[in-house]
Amino acid sequence: MSLGSVRNPPPFLDSEDQEPEYDTGDLDSDDGEEIFTGTSNKPFVSTPPETDPSSDIFSEEGSYTVQKHTAPKTNGVQSDEELDLFAEATVELTLTAPNSRGRKEIIGPTEPLSTTVNTHGKLHVANTSNKPSEEVEEEESGDTFELNIAVTNPEKMGDGMNAYMTYKVSTQTTLPAFRSKTFSVRRRFSDFLGLYEKLSVKYNLMGCIIPPPPQKSVVGMTKVKVGKEDPSSAEFVEKRRAALERYLQRVVSHPALLQDSDVQEFLEREELPRAVNTQALSGSGFLKMINKASDAVNKMTIKMNESDNWFESKLQEVENEEQLLRRLHASVDSLVNHRKELCSNTAMFAKSVAMLGSSEENSALSRALSQLAEVEDKLEQLHQEQAFSDFFTLTELLADYLRLLGAVRGCFEQRMKAWQRWQEAQSTLQKKREAEAKLLWSNKPDKLQQAKEDITEWEAKVGQCERDFERISSTLRKEVHRFEKEKCRDFKHHIVKYLESLLRSQHRLVKCWEAFLPEAKAIV
Amino acid sequence: MGSNEDSAQSVNGSSIKITDVTQDGDTLTFAITSQKSSSSAGVCVFRTYEDFEWLQQGLFSQEDVPGLQGVIFPPLPSKPLPSTSLSQAKALKQLGFLALGDEWMIYCKALELYLQQVAAHTTLSKSKALYSFLNSSESPGKQCGKKGILNRLSQAMEEMRKEGHKDVDEFFQSERDSSTNLSALFKLSTEKFLDVVLNKQRLALACGHFSTSLHLCVNQDNPTAVAFSKICLKLSDIIEAVKINYEKVSDNDISTLGLGLDLESRYQEAKREMLFRRTCKLVELETANRNSERAKPNKKAIMEGVQKATQKEFDIISSVAKQEIEHYHRDRVSLLRDFLICWCEKQLSTARESSALLSQHLDACKKFAV
Repeated sequence: MSLGSVRNPPPFLDSEDQEPEYDTGDLDSDDGEEIFTGTSNKPFVSTPPETDPSSDIFSEEGSYTVQKHTAPKTNGVQSDEELDLFAEATVELTLTAPNSRGRKEIIGPTEPLSTTVNTHGKLHVANTSNKPSEEVEEEESGDTFELNIAVTNPEKMGDGMNAYMTYKVSTQTTLPAFRSKTFSVRRRFSDFLGLYEKLSVKYNLMGCIIPPPPQKSVVGMTKVKVGKEDPSSAEFVEKRRAALERYLQRVVSHPALLQDSDVQEFLEREELPRAVNTQALSGSGFLKMINKASDAVNKMTIKMNESDNWFESKLQEVENEEQLLRRLHASVDSLVNHRKELCSNTAMFAKSVAMLGSSEENSALSRALSQLAEVEDKLEQLHQEQAFSDFFTLTELLADYLRLLGAVRGCFEQRMKAWQRWQEAQSTLQKKREAEAKLLWSNKPDKLQQAKEDITEWEAKVGQCERDFERISSTLRKEVHRFEKEKCRDFKHHIVKYLESLLRSQHRLVKCWEAFLPEAKAIV
Repeated sequence: MGSNEDSAQSVNGSSIKITDVTQDGDTLTFAITSQKSSSSAGVCVFRTYEDFEWLQQGLFSQEDVPGLQGVIFPPLPSKPLPSTSLSQAKALKQLGFLALGDEWMIYCKALELYLQQVAAHTTLSKSKALYSFLNSSESPGKQCGKKGILNRLSQAMEEMRKEGHKDVDEFFQSERDSSTNLSALFKLSTEKFLDVVLNKQRLALACGHFSTSLHLCVNQDNPTAVAFSKICLKLSDIIEAVKINYEKVSDNDISTLGLGLDLESRYQEAKREMLFRRTCKLVELETANRNSERAKPNKKAIMEGVQKATQKEFDIISSVAKQEIEHYHRDRVSLLRDFLICWCEKQLSTARESSALLSQHLDACKKFAV
């Protein structure tokens, strides 16, 4: 789930372009000092994006703003992830997933992208030249593939209430699964929701943690549709654009999802069929779905006999963490609001000082006051940027993880459902056996044959359910493990980003004061 | 200050300090030390706000000072409202910046400046009231002072009309106009700055809440959880640092620019009051002139007498006022300058400290192994 976990520096970007341009030259950029990578993950400096067609959106000229010091989140293939998702892939999937064809397609035609599983259960995505059971360490070998995604250039299409925004989804990749190395498509919000729907249908029963999509917002979108050109709708569009980008990056950072045909089609195909039924799947709809599942679980008549305590305690942990993050999210939200307030108060103060400066008769004092007004203007800008940084670095991170934890909880519910199905199959089998026994007593040979067939059928089903349950349990366990590691990395990454933005602010503040001091001293 | 018969008695203005303040229920008592300009022996007295009011009244009602009405009287801060009796909002409304800060420190500073300004004034420093205030072991405020001619200017309706009365002197007319204008602007700026400072304090509080919440993220179940907890604690430390920075920044604001703007606002008011007194005298003079012209022969002599006396008063007031204004312009610029420099230096130093601290945090974070 991380946007900055260990990756190779993308080979097709000039490494010189990686350096972010900060105002303070002495502030170091994240050029490899982070353990993550050499990729330049820029702070979320958010201004309404202006299209800059000539610039490479993956370079630091910014995938989504004109500010010099931004860049897309670069993303590479998690080839070092521990996941033996495909350990017993083929057999089980044919029975559980209705679109198992989709699964096979991946393994079939994308021949060069052979997935190998070694004895230690690490997934290594390699090219054909690698031996199948080669073991890899966490550090990259030279054969890993890259995939970078950026979501940029929001554009309004249509008019009035039928209007909608489209976003440019650009991909840069070395994965052979794609037709070209660089390509882009335009997608609208419902396309993203449609992707999620497809993925969750496919993977829900497997115990995979599917990243949830960004929230739908009727209020926000209506403002945009109506065409209000005010900062709040620009802010809304930017917030959504950033959220869509993070969503896609999380999707492709999951090794299984990266190879999914729906994902690849989403990234590559020119025109997507319009996604329907997306109502149920975003924002409150999503949460409703999760809660419905837990209600169903609560109503289970057969109490789950947890042979492995791990799941019970982990679920509790997840629920506790959700509560915690909710509280943190509220805290940061209030922080952001106070900062925005400070912005506007500083602006009013600056204005009043400017009026003072122009009315003041003593010329040196007048000049100093005008300078002071300018200083305060700069401070206002600093506050504004800091507020955005707070928001995009912290608030959105927490909000994303709240939704992700919801998804994790959903997986636990799915596992319990699988267990339930297994139990039900067992009890049905038991009934069939009893029926057979009865028939043996009553000596009806023709019905006996049917009963024996039933038993065989249900024995197979029980076996299948048991295997499903085992599989979902073991997958879930690994997924949770992976998720927790990603979360750690993600949080650390964002905290470093946040610190860097704080530090930048302070440096600029120092410069402001240093510039003002001589003006104050010049007053006679 | 300056040569006069009472030089042995004159106080060294810059030596006046308010060294302590104690609160007893609703009453604040200030400890004031001062030294005479002729000796280094110090005197310490204890005064309450009533004593200060007594002093101000005493200054207003000096009888032997010609053109007293042309003096710009150093402004006395409003009565302090101990927080036990009133909410902070009311205190802020009454006192503005002087209500902020720890333990009445800012308020004491304002009182101290008031005394220093009185002691620095060539005319006012000679006042017996001042001497008594600074030296008498008894609290003088208990005595019923004479009601001065110049109470706190509560302008009745008819008085308000006089404010706009056209002046005979261009210098004064322009001073009156610019005074009205600047006074309003300074008041506005002070209010806006107060908003900014209060906002910063709220921001510090919000940081505190966030930091505390982060402390609750402790989970020791497995290595990854431990790592996550450590990350959260690190963020908690960072936010705590941000909070402390905001507290320092707003303290700097209050003790320098806030105090300076407040003082400037009140001084502007004092100047306006003086100009208004002179304008009132002008109206009186013009009335006397008219009376004198229209007077019947039997009253003419009296009217002319009144007219001459009023003219004389007005001329003295005007000349004193002119001097006062010149001093005022010079003093206020230098005062504002000092406050602005102090403010800037303090904020610069705080910003540098904060930078260094955040830098350390950043280094520590980057090294943090996940």
